[in-house]
Amino acid sequence: MDSKSCVRIMKEWDIVAARQMGREIAKNLGFGTVDQARITTAISELARNIYLYAEEGRIYFEAVESLELKGIRVTAEDTGPGIKDLSLVMEDGYSTSGGLGAGLPGVRRLMDEFDIESEVGKGTKIVTVKWVR
Amino acid sequence: MDTKDLDARNYTELLKGYVKTRDERALYGAEQISKTFIKNNILPEEIVNLHIQALLEIYPELHDKIQSSMNFLLEAMISYGLAHQEYQILREKQFEIKSEIHVAARMQKMLLQSNIPKLEDIDLGIISVPANQMNGDYHHVVKGKDGSISIAIADIIGKGIPAALSMSMIKYALDSFPENIMSTDAILASLNRVVERNIDPSMFITMFYAQYKPDTGKFYYSSAGHEPGFFYHSKENSFTEIEAKGLVLGVNPDTTYLQYEQEIVKGDMIILLTDGVTECRKGEQFIEREEVLEVIRTFMHLPAQEIVNQVYRYFERLQNFQLRDDFTLAILKKVV
Repeated sequence: MDSKSCVRIMKEWDIVAARQMGREIAKNLGFGTVDQARITTAISELARNIYLYAEEGRIYFEAVESLELKGIRVTAEDTGPGIKDLSLVMEDGYSTSGGLGAGLPGVRRLMDEFDIESEVGKGTKIVTVKWVR
Repeated sequence: MDTKDLDARNYTELLKGYVKTRDERALYGAEQISKTFIKNNILPEEIVNLHIQALLEIYPELHDKIQSSMNFLLEAMISYGLAHQEYQILREKQFEIKSEIHVAARMQKMLLQSNIPKLEDIDLGIISVPANQMNGDYHHVVKGKDGSISIAIADIIGKGIPAALSMSMIKYALDSFPENIMSTDAILASLNRVVERNIDPSMFITMFYAQYKPDTGKFYYSSAGHEPGFFYHSKENSFTEIEAKGLVLGVNPDTTYLQYEQEIVKGDMIILLTDGVTECRKGEQFIEREEVLEVIRTFMHLPAQEIVNQVYRYFERLQNFQLRDDFTLAILKKVV
């Protein structure tokens, strides 16, 4: 497995490709069925956000290791409009109220680590990590 | 074994038992174990996974198509799990907000507590119960040095926190007036200017302001668009509506009010209220104003505080213990 794999998101089917690659990597790293499904759902959500709001971006995967843990790092990066109010989009019930899905709080919950940076007019970068239990 | 493993063990055993016997007892066990799952925050996808593991243990030869279909179900559960977690968080938040409002309501109660003064010739009873935690009704009683008594009853249109906030303004304004020197119409006019300057145009306040002066034996009053109360005339044993005209507070800074007067004698009563009393509902129907009087008549022989308490209890029960509006009722009984 490459230590870094990447999927460009431009059309809706690319979301499926990102899911597939992420699931494969997660499986090989030794994640159980439930966590595989969670990671995949998080990837889906990140990829969908790019597809819906940024038009273009990419998702990449890396195997990461700390002293005792193995895990997967999923990074979503786009050159879209950026997010003005990060606190608002990270608020529970904000994005889900319109039926848009799990939203970013959902991604944060599905993964173990979550970080987001965004600049209006430039783009957004979200870095998430899930550790093998 | 931690609780999770223990639950997994139990689940497998129950499932095994059920498949063999189709016994209701095993289903009861399933009900119990699902409650433990909820208590321990086990998400739906984990339960599906548990089921898959249990199936594989019971049927090691499980058809792989069945297994794939179970994985499909697991995938479909992930979003439910997220929605459930979000629901939990929102429930906690709601609890926080509720307790904040609870504290605010307690502060409001302390702020608005006015002791009901003891008077020689007037027996006074007041009850004020909010529909929600915060009260949008207001009452204020002051005893003058000359033995007079002033009473204000107000209804802030709109309920809840905004109403409660404007109420403290009314209290401080009223406290600052030299009430027993001023006539009731002058008090409403001053209060109207305060309200007009300080509150949102979408809100307004109705108020009934009354004074009883023992030296004249007269009851003086003015109204700012408030729900009319009633006089009870003991000689005729009849009720009449207290008529008083006046614009609600806060609409126009130049509004003036009229002062009315009524002589009262021993046995007479003055009944002041807010629309939470007259707009009680029986099912979907509003009660008639006369019905309030009938209820008052039933308890009229009691001391004033007892009357208002009993009337409240009557309407509370009539509305299945769910008030739709803040309820304030005051009764002044001339006893000497």
